[in-house]
Amino acid sequence: MSARAAGLAGALLLCLDPFSAFAAAATAPSAQADPAFAQVLTLLGARRHGHAPFTEVHEMAMLKEPLRSSGELFYDAPDRLEKRTLTPRAESLVLDHGILTAQRGPHRHVLELSAYPQVVPFVESIRATLAGDEAALERYFSIDFKGELAHWTLHLTPKDPALAHTVKDITIEGERDVLHSVVIRQSDGDRSLITIGPEITP
Amino acid sequence: MNRAGLRSTALFVLFALVGALIAARARYSADLSAFLPRSPTATQQLLVEQLREGPAARLILVAIGGADAGARARVSMALGRALRTDPAFASVSNGEAQTLERDRAFLFQHRYLLSEAVTPAHFTVPALHEAIVGSLQALASAEGPLLKPLFALDPTGELLTILDAIGTERTPRSSEGVWSSRDGAQALLVLQTRAPGADTDAEEAACAKVRQAFAAARAALPPQERAALTLRLSGPPVFAVASRALIEGEVVRLSGLSALFISLLLLFAYRSVSALLLGLVPVAAGALTGVAAVALGFPAVHGLTLGFGVTLIGEAVDYSIYLFVQGTSHAGGDWRHSVWPTIRLGALTSIAGFAALLPSNFQGLAQLGLYSVAGLTAAALTTRYVLPAWLPARLAMRDLRAPGAWLLRVLQQLRRVRAALVLIPLVAGVILVLHRGALLSHDLAALSPVPAAEQDFAEQLSADLGAPDVRYMVLTSARQPEAALAAAESLGQRLRPLVDTGVIAGFDSASRYLPSEALQRARQQSLPPAPQLQTRLSEALVGLPVSEAVLQPFLAEVEQARTTALLRRADLEGTSFAAAVDALLVPTSGGYSALLPIAAAGSVDLSDEAAARVRQAIGAGNEHGVLLDLKGETNRLYLGYLKQAIELSLLGFAAIVLLLGAMLRSAVRVMRVLAPLALAVIAVAGLLIASGHSLTILHLVGMLLIVAVGSNYALFFDRSAQAPQEASVSLTLTSLLLANTATVLAFGVLAFSRVPVLSDLGSTVAPGAFLALLFAAMLSERAAPEHIP
Repeated sequence: MSARAAGLAGALLLCLDPFSAFAAAATAPSAQADPAFAQVLTLLGARRHGHAPFTEVHEMAMLKEPLRSSGELFYDAPDRLEKRTLTPRAESLVLDHGILTAQRGPHRHVLELSAYPQVVPFVESIRATLAGDEAALERYFSIDFKGELAHWTLHLTPKDPALAHTVKDITIEGERDVLHSVVIRQSDGDRSLITIGPEITP
Repeated sequence: MNRAGLRSTALFVLFALVGALIAARARYSADLSAFLPRSPTATQQLLVEQLREGPAARLILVAIGGADAGARARVSMALGRALRTDPAFASVSNGEAQTLERDRAFLFQHRYLLSEAVTPAHFTVPALHEAIVGSLQALASAEGPLLKPLFALDPTGELLTILDAIGTERTPRSSEGVWSSRDGAQALLVLQTRAPGADTDAEEAACAKVRQAFAAARAALPPQERAALTLRLSGPPVFAVASRALIEGEVVRLSGLSALFISLLLLFAYRSVSALLLGLVPVAAGALTGVAAVALGFPAVHGLTLGFGVTLIGEAVDYSIYLFVQGTSHAGGDWRHSVWPTIRLGALTSIAGFAALLPSNFQGLAQLGLYSVAGLTAAALTTRYVLPAWLPARLAMRDLRAPGAWLLRVLQQLRRVRAALVLIPLVAGVILVLHRGALLSHDLAALSPVPAAEQDFAEQLSADLGAPDVRYMVLTSARQPEAALAAAESLGQRLRPLVDTGVIAGFDSASRYLPSEALQRARQQSLPPAPQLQTRLSEALVGLPVSEAVLQPFLAEVEQARTTALLRRADLEGTSFAAAVDALLVPTSGGYSALLPIAAAGSVDLSDEAAARVRQAIGAGNEHGVLLDLKGETNRLYLGYLKQAIELSLLGFAAIVLLLGAMLRSAVRVMRVLAPLALAVIAVAGLLIASGHSLTILHLVGMLLIVAVGSNYALFFDRSAQAPQEASVSLTLTSLLLANTATVLAFGVLAFSRVPVLSDLGSTVAPGAFLALLFAAMLSERAAPEHIP
């Protein structure tokens, strides 16, 4: 499609990649061998619910300024994740059993994740981490875990070339069973940073 | 043979030749027409058109099971390739990325002609600003990666507006790149045939092509995968083909079985081949006349009628049984004065019963009525005027007086326990009262020859596929396709608020993929010329993080759309929208009909309130839109049949009572004839209900036939009581038992049919006819003492 080609060309022209050094530095010791990783997964897997505020900064090459938004995240183990944006405009994204529903004003879009592999890393990275679902993480990403229980970093690189086409890598930082930030770097250099917390207790 | 005999024989041969000629030239069918109304109302006519030609009637659902998802996907794609090149299929969808990509490319390329949002107001500064803010928000969401490549070309989000309107909520699941069932165990395809659903031959050929393509695709796989793969077809065309094959097969099987059993019975009873062959002459005459009459009275003779006709064998043979068994033994007495009047009255009551079905709006019943009236008349006349002339001076037949004597003793035993009959209305009454909530079946599906498991499978597949909801549709007609599209557009405009407020979940319309030329032109004229759009855009971008330079492609695209040629039907070729337009904008006898299928909110059913809101909305204009509820209308049609069947059965019963009254001229004798028949009907109703049936139309008609057929037996007992000296009671008994067994055999064979309408009738009349004889015997008056040898 001409649209896609033009879009890609534009993206390539404006490609910025300030984080490539970081990505190259990442080595790959076996994640599973790290007992801290196993502990983190166990702790995450034991959580049933989560509710925390977030702020997101979306840097896009074709935009003059980053897009900023904020709202709340809701999680119910193991596969319901809701991102409720409150500012600057209300929007709700719900991932439930592999179906993504986006609601913006009166418009509602439903995507079956399996039909849109490009979207998978954006949602599955966060969902699978929250669920402590190592199998799902392994399915889509090469995993690199660093740090200890009190402060860990999970570095995910898409395995599938089709996914790698859109997402370069994802870095999730956390403490015990709490996620603090998620950085998604796209192959075209665009980047989004989600900062989470502190936890809202019911 | 005397002169009268010669004359009647000549007439018989002439009639037989004419009948054979008509029957040979008749059209035979086994499609769903038997279930359709004979004189439909305007709404029923719309329903009938939808059932015969509508888009839903053309959908073949294909499920590929077994092996693994990869193998199933490869077969699905191979099927898709093979069938897409076949002109028999208007569309072949299996969710392949290639098709989806083509669809999306089409929508994107023509977005300014297709988007409902395109109006002059849409390109003002505030509207542009607002639309771009919305697109930016979508870009930052999880869908961002999908939308990012489009932003510079479509910053106002027309593609999303179009996709929103089409509704993507019902997309099927995908596995290995093709559609799959919810559980992932089957790969699914949806085929739309070009031929209408009512063209069963074409649909049969289409089904065969799918099977061939599957066999070819499977042969290309490695042997270990090949064996495990299965193919299952479903959907209305498949059902029509299967029903026709079933009905055709059943008619042959049932007629053959029935004829065989009855021949064996007669051979056993008569021990004479010539008596057997002569006895079958009235049967053949009846069947031929019946077919000829239906061929003259209806556009086509339905297979089901021939199925019902099996029972005629059992009844027509009765007359010759009475003639041979009672008539030939009369030393000196002329059977025309002794036996014939009773046969005649019995035949007349039977004919009166079947004649009550003639006015039925349910074509199958009306044909049954005509077939039986004509067939019984011919059989009775043949027995009376032709057969006696053909009888040899002495028919070498088994002497049936010994079994007759035994029957006489049984009869005497039976009369002693007649008091027990009082239990029947009591027990049956209790059963009927206990089940009073579910006496009558209110679902047309109860008549369908398609097994319930197959219907469930089709429903499951439709749900998995998110197949368009075709229960409700708004219809509008016009002389020209352009006018029909325009009418669909204004109806769509008035339906839109109902979608926005959640009264209905959505609707579909041909104008969504192919707007009328007027609307396309209006949309084109809404697009501002390039310099104007550029000025407005730069104003609209104030305060937004988007530079004008990024949106240069947008300006170029709008300018191009402003001057491009309008969309025509031919431009849709190769996309799945071509089939959608062909299904939703259909040529009719008077021009074109536009169909707007409505999806109910929440569930499959539209609430009464929602239906009223839809009617109100479509009634507000002058397009003559009609809301058609296919399932509701079908059920109303069935309820109409049911109500009419009850009325006609009562009418037939009344006719029989009047006839008996006129002939017997005694209220007491009429009561005596009717009492065992009424008891038989009550007993059968109780039996059916107790065995878990809800009564369908054919059960009700069967009850009328119990009275119509059973009256023969009761009349002979009445005659024996009235004029004992004229006939041998023992021979009468033998002939009654023989005739009854023949009838029970014929209806009994029908009871084992896999076609519900046939088995309902058989399972009612077979036990009913037997009970009618039994009860008539028990209630019979003691005749003058007869010498028992």
